[in-house]
Amino acid sequence: MSDDIKKFMFVNTKAPYGTVYALESLEVVLISAAFDQDVSLAFCDDGVFQITKNQNTEGSGMKNFSPAYKALGDYDINKLYVEKESLEERGLTLDNLMDLTYEDEDDDWAEKPSIKLVTRAELADLMDQQDVVISS
Amino acid sequence: MAMLHTVNKSPFERNSLNSCLTKSKEGSTILLIEDAVLGALKGTVIADKLTTAMTTKNIYVLGSDLNTRGFTEADILDGIKVVDYSGFVDLVAEHANVQSWL
Repeated sequence: MSDDIKKFMFVNTKAPYGTVYALESLEVVLISAAFDQDVSLAFCDDGVFQITKNQNTEGSGMKNFSPAYKALGDYDINKLYVEKESLEERGLTLDNLMDLTYEDEDDDWAEKPSIKLVTRAELADLMDQQDVVISS
Repeated sequence: MAMLHTVNKSPFERNSLNSCLTKSKEGSTILLIEDAVLGALKGTVIADKLTTAMTTKNIYVLGSDLNTRGFTEADILDGIKVVDYSGFVDLVAEHANVQSWL
């Protein structure tokens, strides 16, 4: 780890599939993992729909990219902030979201949840602490 | 013959579903496709508005777009009907005209 590590937050606000924003953002996030930065993701507004469980694209013939979110933990991207109010406005709870986890190397590789439920105000504070915020 | 309205944008991000609900006539049919299917979910901030609309209009969702986003018929408001692609075609054929709310 060097001194020039910056805090990057990718803020996801769009539903998947209807537009290409969600997929494009995920690809940039995976690329960013190669640069050893302090990366976190936020899911708010319709962005919470990006990580719903049971996505099944057989009928629509689209590419189901939701399994790729499960790989984020292996790339040391394990801070996924989900905005509580956005879930509530959409009739959702954490139970509707995929179980996204990572193995904590500082705790004997214990499997821990990557998703952290935060309030709108807490998310605003987190955004304020970043060096770089990339929204989609 | 009544009009078929299609809506394809999330009602949490755009106003097109609301425009459709306020400008469609009684007895018309509204089909939610693409991101608009998210508006059919139970317990959302727009659920009451849709429930009211259902008393005078027929509301459908495209099942494959619902499944793509991780949801099934069990997750949507009672009274909203699910159709597949051939059901979509039937709706288009049954109605005099189609208005797309983009």
